[in-house]
Amino acid sequence: MSNSSKLIAVVKRDCPTCVLVLPVLHDIERRGHSLEVHVEDDPSFAAGLSTVHDASDLGVSYRLDVHAVPTVIRLEEGREAARAVGWNRDEWRALTGIADLGADLPAFRPGCGSRTQEPGMRSRLKVRFGNTGLAARRVSLPESADAAEACFDRGWTDGLPVVPPTEERVLDMLDGTTRSPQDVVGLVPPNNVPCTVEKVAINAVMAGCKPEYMPVVLTAIEAALAPECGLHAILATTNAVAPVVMVNGPIARAVGMNSKGNVFGQGNRANAAIGRALQLVVRNVGGGRPGEIDRAVFGNPGKYTFCFAEDEEDDDWESFAASRGFAPAASTVTVFPGDGVTPIVDHMSRTPEDLCRSYVGCLRAVYNAGQVVSVSAFLVVGREHFIVFRDAGWSKQRVWDHLMENTTIPVRDIVSGRAGAFGLSPEEQADPDRPIRKFARGNFNIIRAGGHAGKYSAIISSIGSNDALVPVTREIRP
Amino acid sequence: MTEQILLDPTAEIAPVARPRIARPASLAGLRFGLLDINKMRGDEFLDRIDELLAARGHTVKRYKKARFSVIAPSELKQEIRAECDVVIEGLAD
Repeated sequence: MSNSSKLIAVVKRDCPTCVLVLPVLHDIERRGHSLEVHVEDDPSFAAGLSTVHDASDLGVSYRLDVHAVPTVIRLEEGREAARAVGWNRDEWRALTGIADLGADLPAFRPGCGSRTQEPGMRSRLKVRFGNTGLAARRVSLPESADAAEACFDRGWTDGLPVVPPTEERVLDMLDGTTRSPQDVVGLVPPNNVPCTVEKVAINAVMAGCKPEYMPVVLTAIEAALAPECGLHAILATTNAVAPVVMVNGPIARAVGMNSKGNVFGQGNRANAAIGRALQLVVRNVGGGRPGEIDRAVFGNPGKYTFCFAEDEEDDDWESFAASRGFAPAASTVTVFPGDGVTPIVDHMSRTPEDLCRSYVGCLRAVYNAGQVVSVSAFLVVGREHFIVFRDAGWSKQRVWDHLMENTTIPVRDIVSGRAGAFGLSPEEQADPDRPIRKFARGNFNIIRAGGHAGKYSAIISSIGSNDALVPVTREIRP
Repeated sequence: MTEQILLDPTAEIAPVARPRIARPASLAGLRFGLLDINKMRGDEFLDRIDELLAARGHTVKRYKKARFSVIAPSELKQEIRAECDVVIEGLAD
């Protein structure tokens, strides 16, 4: 080693390999090398060496990108020239130029993880010592403030507590996507504000998401921002609708979403947090708040969160995503407006025809038994009802056709105003017996979800028309 | 003191400082509450405000805290919130 060389060792007491090489470090110093020792946990561990630093703030380890200890680095003219990680006798001898170094030690011992590798440490160190690249405005609170209360005070919540969006948590959340934090996902109504991936991550933290949900959240927002989805209308209408998020494909199982018992209820983190993240983005980024742009007369509890996975366990019926042309291996998000869940109870019917009769009665009554415009429905067929159809050989398409044919309403029963029945042509209005379809083609869909015991199905009703407020499906990409 | 840093989840089109509750555009028809926090001579100040408001035809209700150095109990705050649109209190002597 030349005179301009210097050795830096990063060690910790809580590492048997560091304990093993401690005599080697003493030996290096005895032989006149310039050695600087940084101890990640307890500096007294290296007592007796001439230059020992308390490195417990991990700044040195972070800047030197130390992943394991011991790490020994040789600097030449202040620049890194060589590095050895763990104990490898040949490497240490080459690095120090001491031919008989560690003669009484084994040839090789792996090191231990540096404290920089402890859970959550990477983002903490990035905030403390690095450049986070985060662009959002910083809001500083005194140490004594309750961060959860501060979020309420600033109007950032939906009425329930949120996870305070610290820089560390947001950095962790951004690990869940390969997209750049400053990528713009779209313009969020009502204020049509460009929403970056970073803003999505902040709101996802607040909603309680895990980083692995980010691809689903981002895709849900993209789908919701598609013009035909009509997010502004969903938000601003006096109707009760919320944006409903339905997930198909392997990612639903991968992140632990619920498609079965209590599918629309509480208790599943992924379902709850993904739907909530979308709503918080609308509130915080878009500026959509109740009493302001949000003019709902009733609203519905789904406006906190309304997100679930379709049950794809039985392949007798194709999934909603498959019916839209997506491959079984694809993961997708579909966003559509929905008011809430109306159960259909039929414990008695044992044939498809009888079951459909029950469905027809409920479907015709959606919104108003005399309404045939601006009404749509997702029929959610529960498993025990599905078995009736499956065992009788009824495809989903056959059920759909049957229900579309049988949910017509005669013109005489359609609610009319002074100008006649809204949305009907003069010819239609002239014939009181003429059957009018309750739902436009794209406004009636059938999906599978729910628990396995009990003869139930359900309707998620909604506003909708053929060209606006239609379900929008997007494929999830990492 | 170590501060806590949060990242702003909004579109950042409003100032970071929390805005005050919007001031009423007009006082016409509003219900006034006068809160005596039990600070020395606060009652004199509030009595005079009471006179002036009454002379203008406003409805005024009086409230009192037991001690100025403790925060108002929830019951009192709820009572004021339910019964008043505007609150005036005397803070210093």
